[in-house]
Amino acid sequence: MRHMSDREHRDYRGGNGTAFVWQSRSEADTARFAERLARLCGPGTVLALDGDLGAGKTRFAQAFASGLGVRDIVSSPTFTIIKEYEDGRLPFYHMDVYRISLEEADELGLEEYFEGNGVSLVEWASLIEPLLPPERLHIRLEVTGPTSRDVVAEPRGERYAAWCRELGMLPV
Amino acid sequence: MTRPYHLLAIETSCDETSAAVVRNGREVLSNIVSSQIDTHRRFGGVVPEIASRKHVESITVILEEAVTKAGISLDDVDAVAVTQGPGLVGALLVGVVAAKSLALALDVPLIGTHHIAGHIYANRLIGEIEYPALALVVSGGHTELVLLEREGKFRIVGRTRDDAVGEAYDKVARALSFPYPGGPHVDRLAQSAEQEIELPRAWLEADSYDFSFSGLKSAVLAEINRWKMKGEEPAYGALAKGFQASVIDVVTTKAMRAAAEFGVRQMLLCGGVAANKGLRSRLSELCAKAGLPLLIPPLSLCSDNAAMIAAAADLKWRRGEFTPLDMQAEPQLSLERWSVAT
Repeated sequence: MRHMSDREHRDYRGGNGTAFVWQSRSEADTARFAERLARLCGPGTVLALDGDLGAGKTRFAQAFASGLGVRDIVSSPTFTIIKEYEDGRLPFYHMDVYRISLEEADELGLEEYFEGNGVSLVEWASLIEPLLPPERLHIRLEVTGPTSRDVVAEPRGERYAAWCRELGMLPV
Repeated sequence: MTRPYHLLAIETSCDETSAAVVRNGREVLSNIVSSQIDTHRRFGGVVPEIASRKHVESITVILEEAVTKAGISLDDVDAVAVTQGPGLVGALLVGVVAAKSLALALDVPLIGTHHIAGHIYANRLIGEIEYPALALVVSGGHTELVLLEREGKFRIVGRTRDDAVGEAYDKVARALSFPYPGGPHVDRLAQSAEQEIELPRAWLEADSYDFSFSGLKSAVLAEINRWKMKGEEPAYGALAKGFQASVIDVVTTKAMRAAAEFGVRQMLLCGGVAANKGLRSRLSELCAKAGLPLLIPPLSLCSDNAAMIAAAADLKWRRGEFTPLDMQAEPQLSLERWSVAT
């Protein structure tokens, strides 16, 4: 069975391209960042979100959803895997793949969401790396203090790299 | 109506494939759930899970077994009920397609049913519901306080703003290094611990019946972190006990406050987390003190199963409120809008 240690020490930034960082001082700070990011999104945006348990992935997703104009309560999708919200500027697909295997994720047909007209945000995305579309924005929330976080972004594709610069993130 | 009637119900909203036959809305003749099947015999070692393909593989076997075990023939089926939502669209779809095909082939009505209405009406399989009633729905994916002013009329008065109770348990279990799903491990650990680490309660606004468990989860993680930093001996039992105490205190206090405010005549506990011993005993205690009758279904009717779907569908069967065959699976189906029309 899965344990924390299996997944927490994965070196996330070994991939191609540049990584960017944005240092958040508080939960409200992180939330504002997520809202600003949401305003840049268009149809087919895919955000791959990682971070340890309690790093604030769902909180990030809530603020992001609010930035998309979603008014429903955005609660955790850990059990249901996918929650869909249609009341924002764009359809919002909130996913959490923690409790499923790669094979099960594959059978869920996630690509239909990724290739659709909405915005997908996948919590614990690195677990299903092979299923993610080539163009996407990886975000990792790194705990730097009780409420402070480093938001580390690794864009795959020029569109997402441009967003990182527009958001005032610093290359690392 | 003197002739007995039979509802054949199907539930595939999440992990379980289930089919049941219920007579006269209350008598469970069969209730087959995939996880209870001898998987090695039936599925060659493959346990049906969330993926829709697994539901496809098991649905016909489960349906056949439900009808056979009920001792009826398909000609005795008066209506086919199915979970329409909420749930995973791919998983729901399998049940919906099977139900539509059956309804069409047997030329009987179809009843699209709400999953949470099923959890609530599981209580009608074990007792009489007195209205107004308040349902505390606690499961892996849901934590809701639902007011039933009258039969089949649902009003959500409180819901979680982040983790469902079941999710909170599983995440804390994860932090304590239990395998998924770890909720029952935390319950057992909390039951057996003697010491308790006091953890915060999230009451939210004074008049709110909503829940929030993410702060509690953070408090648990902070405590574990503190042990690691200081190299102290981890007191997992005391932490689990403190966590359980906080969850149960908030959930039962809010439920009792809502019961008083809405003047309900009965409390219903339902959903998979109703299996939690700490929750069952605390709520029983509080209801007894308040003189409020409490119904809790047996474990087999608390976790996802099709008999509960038949019990909820019965509300619509008795009112002749059927669902057209062009019905779609609805992952975000609203409970309030699913209320009976009459």
